[in-house]
Amino acid sequence: MTINETQDEIIEEFSLFDDWEEKYEYIIDIGKKLPPLQEQFKTEDNIIKGCQSRVWLHADRDDEKVLFAGDSDAVIVKGLIALLIRVLSGHTAEEIARADLYFIDRIGMKQHLAQTRANGLLAMLKQMKLYAVAYSTMSK
Amino acid sequence: METVLSDIFAVESIRQDFPILNQTVHGKPLVYFDNAATTQKPRPVIEALAQYYEQFNANIHRGIHTLAERATAEYEATRDKAREFINAAHREEIVFTRGTTEGINLVAQTYGRQVLKPGDEVIISGMEHHSNIVPWQMICEQTGAKLRVIPVTDSGEIILEEYEKLLSEKTKIVAVVYVSNSLGTINPVREIIEKAHAYGAKVLLDGAQASAHLDIDVQSLDADFYVFSSHKVYGPTGVGVLYGKRELLEAMPPYQGGGEMIKDVSFEKTTYNELPYKFEAGTPNIADTVAFKAALDYVTAIGKPAVGEYEHDLLTYATGAMQEIDGLRIVGQAKEKISVVSFVMDGIHHQDIGIILDTQGIAVRTGHHCTQPLMNRFGILGTSRASFAMYNTREEIDRLVRGLHKVKKMMN
Ligand SMILES: Cc1ncc(COP(=O)(O)O)c(C=O)c1O
Repeated sequence: MTINETQDEIIEEFSLFDDWEEKYEYIIDIGKKLPPLQEQFKTEDNIIKGCQSRVWLHADRDDEKVLFAGDSDAVIVKGLIALLIRVLSGHTAEEIARADLYFIDRIGMKQHLAQTRANGLLAMLKQMKLYAVAYSTMSK
Repeated sequence: METVLSDIFAVESIRQDFPILNQTVHGKPLVYFDNAATTQKPRPVIEALAQYYEQFNANIHRGIHTLAERATAEYEATRDKAREFINAAHREEIVFTRGTTEGINLVAQTYGRQVLKPGDEVIISGMEHHSNIVPWQMICEQTGAKLRVIPVTDSGEIILEEYEKLLSEKTKIVAVVYVSNSLGTINPVREIIEKAHAYGAKVLLDGAQASAHLDIDVQSLDADFYVFSSHKVYGPTGVGVLYGKRELLEAMPPYQGGGEMIKDVSFEKTTYNELPYKFEAGTPNIADTVAFKAALDYVTAIGKPAVGEYEHDLLTYATGAMQEIDGLRIVGQAKEKISVVSFVMDGIHHQDIGIILDTQGIAVRTGHHCTQPLMNRFGILGTSRASFAMYNTREEIDRLVRGLHKVKKMMN
């Protein structure tokens, strides 16, 4: 599935929810289901700065593809990480760097991208793209 | 009994004065419980701001035209009102600042710079806001003085015996928070001041959280410096008050240089203006300062004793109801508290609590509340904090309690 196909799929899933509560119930659910990041990757280096909760992001490579894993001590953020991973992980560095993540706005989670220190989604997204850019320049 | 109190206090008519309260968030009526961060503004404050710009906007003190005279008079009227609000002896002891933070920095960089020598000590408490920690760390670094910290008990109270042990001839400044923003603790500042004075040390009180809730009398407390912010007392952002005893302010060097703070300027020598203008360099925040008076008038008219009593009822009610929630622990159980309830919930991150409450239209603050050392003291990363103001109600607390049950249900 392409990045956009996954985004569209998520938008479709969220369209079934009537209110905020249901949306967050779903995000909490996938947050809880996200496999915890292995302890050895919960390093200072992998911590995303600027979040109210602690957020870790780990990137790996499998040939051309970039694989992401993440974790947080807050569940809703973890659910959002799970969504980002579902959309971006397993694609090439180029695709990730180019991706336009319109689904966040469409599922009503744009406030989590706000430039306040409380919210880490933006910082996380930046970090994912940075990894991708770093990998793509490495492979050139 | 309590219901009688809520009946006498005209909270419904007070709510009418705060237009912002009348709105829905995520489809639910707004419950604003983030008053320790900033309070909402009553209509007279909003109107005073508009009136200033519509009728008499002018630069103050220098103009001789009618508008400038009116603006100056209104600006200076706020000074008189602020003097009365904290019962300072003289109007020139009231210096306008941008807020609590600037007031503390001003004292640290003028008084602190003047008196602190290598080996001297500045005492703060373990429950200070970062803005009453960092300015002292900075001046200590610059002067070679040492920062000492009074420890805090598990219930969130300053340990006075430890404070006494820290005091010595080396102590030059004691800077403590009157009321803790994270815990709500009302500190025994009268005793703290008395003991500091016995060693000749001067005391700065951070009154950011105290000023909207307690009757403030700087003379009776014998405080040397007292700082607070307008925006936490129902006034506009961007204004604050630094109170200092006249003889201290007089002896202090100026803070910033520029217009307004001078008497005569030549390239050879500049003489400084008299108090309080010596500390008010440049065009001040005239509009917000003028409207600040409307806020102080508003609070005075309702009366802080009545407000305090009503808020105490809210605190007791909320504490009782929240303690009933399984897995919820209140952080900060001091005997003397203002209407702040900080709490943690077993296995639930405060950020998740804040987000879910927001979907219920309930605004609380989550995080370390700019008191990271205090959070470390309690071994936590942060709390959720509900802080009540005069316009909050028991019904809103019921909504919070229901919201917290929902948090538990959604998270488990
Ligand atoms: C106890 C305390 N001190 C200082 C401050 C800083 O006030 P301001 O940001 O208005 O300068 C605050 C505000 O949060 C506070 O609660």
